[in-house]
Amino acid sequence: MSYLKKVIYNCKQATFLIEKKQLKRLSFREEIELRIHLAGCGMCVLYNKQSRVINNMVQQLFHSSLKNELKLDDAFKADLQARIEEALDNN
Amino acid sequence: MTTETNVLNPHKWVAAYADYLYMYAIVRINDEDLAKDLVQETFLAALEKVNRFEGKSTERTWLTAILKNKIIDVYRKKSSGLAIASANRAAQEQDEFFEEDNGHWKAEYAPHPIAAMDEQDPLLKKELNSILQKCLQKLPALWNAVFIMKHIDDAPTENICTELHVTQANFWVIIHRAKVNLRACIQKNWN
Repeated sequence: MSYLKKVIYNCKQATFLIEKKQLKRLSFREEIELRIHLAGCGMCVLYNKQSRVINNMVQQLFHSSLKNELKLDDAFKADLQARIEEALDNN
Repeated sequence: MTTETNVLNPHKWVAAYADYLYMYAIVRINDEDLAKDLVQETFLAALEKVNRFEGKSTERTWLTAILKNKIIDVYRKKSSGLAIASANRAAQEQDEFFEEDNGHWKAEYAPHPIAAMDEQDPLLKKELNSILQKCLQKLPALWNAVFIMKHIDDAPTENICTELHVTQANFWVIIHRAKVNLRACIQKNWN
């Protein structure tokens, strides 16, 4: 198989580069390979789009859950503060 | 302003930071009991280090750093032993997504449009979010740890590699496999 054909068929490598590109600058060669692949592969174009959506969702999920209602119960907190006071008294 | 030093007041710790630290832990380890234990351990460990607090950071930042180290210990423990076996299994499964010889998508795993990703309907989004959470939990512990540290904490790659004992090459493989698995899991559960 020619080099170009390999690049065009290899969705495994293309999706690897898609993930890498979201976190780091690709090398010149990697960038060219990815562009050639995406020019001819609708499935990986879709993967690229969905992968970015997933990243955004993950970030929103984590940041919104930091603000949400999940809290420690009061009994646990009271007990915890009591332990801290105890430890402070022992010093 | 920067010359102002922060002081510690352990009498107010629980009221001021317990909920925050609990949330910080729970989104990263997804286990309520373990998260509670870690919050408790964080305060008790902090008490022993009170003398070493230099006042350069805020109380909250200082406590969070202690908690973060404890979470990384959990990641390490989870990703040794049994977790490695499950990671290997998942790695093999992932190879099923692509053809062995040329790396092309296998027909049954090829990406299809996932309607809720394109629409703004809040109900669909909510459902998609709950699927995402379930799929995140299915990732092997080490992959989940790498994925979260990179995407949520935006930690430098070198730090993640050092803290979790993975090579740079493995780091990128994990980032790739985690996402391919996650996307496939969402697609499978959505349709």
